[in-house]
Amino acid sequence: MTDSSIPQRDRRLVRLSLQIASGIATLAITLLGLLLITFIIGRVVPIDPVLAIVGERATPEQMQAVRDSLGLDLPFWQQFGIYVWDALHLDLGNSIRTGRSVSEDVARYFPATLELATLGTIFGTLIGVPAGVLAATRPGSISDQIVRLVGLMGYSMPVFWLGLIGLLVFYGKLDWVAGPGRLDPAFSMQMEFQLTQYTGMVLIDSALNGAWDVFRNAFSHIILPAGLLGYVSMAYISRMTRSFMMNELSQEYITTARVKGMPEWRVIWVHAMKNVMVPLITVIALSYAYLLEGSVLTETIFAWPGLGSYITDALFAADMPAVLGGTVVVGVVFVTINMLSDIIYRLVDPRARA
Amino acid sequence: MSTLTAWLTDPNPSSRRQAKLGQMWLAWLRIRRNRLAMAGLVIVALLLIAAAFAPWLAPHDPYMQDLSRRLLPPGTPGNLLGTDDFGRDILSRILYGSRITLYIVALVAVTAPVLGLLVGTVAGYFGGWVDAVLMRITDIFLAFPRLILALALVAVLGPGVENAVLAIALTAWPPYARVARAETLTVRNSDYIAAVRLQGASAPRIIAGHVVPMCLPSVIIRVTLDMAGVILIAAGLGFLGLGVQPPLPEWGLMISSGRQYLFEHWWVSTMPGLAIFIVSLGFNLLGDGLRDVLDPRSSGK
Repeated sequence: MTDSSIPQRDRRLVRLSLQIASGIATLAITLLGLLLITFIIGRVVPIDPVLAIVGERATPEQMQAVRDSLGLDLPFWQQFGIYVWDALHLDLGNSIRTGRSVSEDVARYFPATLELATLGTIFGTLIGVPAGVLAATRPGSISDQIVRLVGLMGYSMPVFWLGLIGLLVFYGKLDWVAGPGRLDPAFSMQMEFQLTQYTGMVLIDSALNGAWDVFRNAFSHIILPAGLLGYVSMAYISRMTRSFMMNELSQEYITTARVKGMPEWRVIWVHAMKNVMVPLITVIALSYAYLLEGSVLTETIFAWPGLGSYITDALFAADMPAVLGGTVVVGVVFVTINMLSDIIYRLVDPRARA
Repeated sequence: MSTLTAWLTDPNPSSRRQAKLGQMWLAWLRIRRNRLAMAGLVIVALLLIAAAFAPWLAPHDPYMQDLSRRLLPPGTPGNLLGTDDFGRDILSRILYGSRITLYIVALVAVTAPVLGLLVGTVAGYFGGWVDAVLMRITDIFLAFPRLILALALVAVLGPGVENAVLAIALTAWPPYARVARAETLTVRNSDYIAAVRLQGASAPRIIAGHVVPMCLPSVIIRVTLDMAGVILIAAGLGFLGLGVQPPLPEWGLMISSGRQYLFEHWWVSTMPGLAIFIVSLGFNLLGDGLRDVLDPRSSGK
């Protein structure tokens, strides 16, 4: 008996490592494709990269020197190879607008986006999951209709418009929250010059420094945009939770649990939830990835100095290295989150593991 | 009328057309019971009417500026929804703007699904390395954040309606390819396909004539649900100044032009935003209802 179980375990291990290997291969191909697309976009763009660097009054020799240094005379595939090689070394070129390297800029702007999207996802999950469960346990009821309609409204809402309305009502009229930006100017100075910046995320940094007035101000600034993004992700999460939970509640093991006399909250939150969690992880990860990219418009409205603002500002300055570099970074984050959710899915669900 | 109903619900249809129309009649009966879906249908119908009859419905010329009547609040006689910073009537601009929205939606609806259908059915039908290559490409596009890819494309192509449509379509096709491939895989090995193949039909003929029709219902549902997203992205591009250019009355653009007056003259931004919201809600409600009715897998619940 033990003889037959050992090779079986080996086989499972082999299969698991094969899965991981194919996952990594998929990831590599996807990232390569991502780079190829941005590379092609960068080549066909009607902005002359040489002219953008040297300016109009350069001599032909200067222009040729820049051409050589950028490798623009090399064959297409060789240029692409260099581009990939540089990208692997975190070199995404230099931003024309800021004069810094794009990776440096991204490292500076990304924490703001990350902070916003993370808080948004937390809001969305905390409200979306219970709302979805509530709707699933009483299908057709008033609460189900409300959850469904509020969710659909979240799908249909132009985020930038809702942001403006939010600013108008909660900042302009009611004055409950702080306006655009991450911090009031005074606190911003304090953050910049007096406090240690550990993560670049204001909420975490100010808390670590024990500067609670800065924390309060930062919270007052972030609550509106994060709540907005939270609503968008809540719409998606509650909808999916509802359908997963309804599916689970029609299973026979749920009937068994009920017949045994188990309290309903335990049936739902312990037994059914355990199985709902598995697909839900993917949904939450997807909505997180979506918020990271979808924050472009929100950041514009709230003057939030994140990656989205960085990309749009670069766009208007015709700063293609920054636009494409930013796009690559968002793409990589997007792909990585999906990949991670896939791995977690396999770890949590024994059926996917086998 | 009653003979028509009897003909439609005849359990023994005498022709293919009768059977098909009978099915559509039953689907219509089912969707009519879904109140939310009907609300969606009404909204979409209103959009179509507004777009078709804008010159007759609009009280003013949408481009006519009158600086003596600028920034009037809603409810002013003659300007039901108020006027914008150039004194143009907001209601008229919204009505004319529905044409632009519909134009974008229609263009995306005929391009992205076609490309997705082509890629998906070919990948699913041939399988093997064709499938692997096409699906990898699809995954790459799917991995790209949609709005940001559209932004980068518009940056390359330059702002404008057609370029915005192109950018949206290029980012919208991958889900259709996924759907079409899944449907193709379920019919690929069925007997009727084998029969057609044995009659000597070529692969393009089988795909176009016998596989694509099977994929259409799921793709149509997807299109309807996607339209809301398309409207939102188009409005977002317009809002950023990368889509439709002024002075065209595009709704996203109107929101952005009212942004500087937000705190004193809220209606300039609010009204076109409401229009976007209502229309995309309409498409979402309709798509949701259509899915419940047409998709047998979800109708059981």
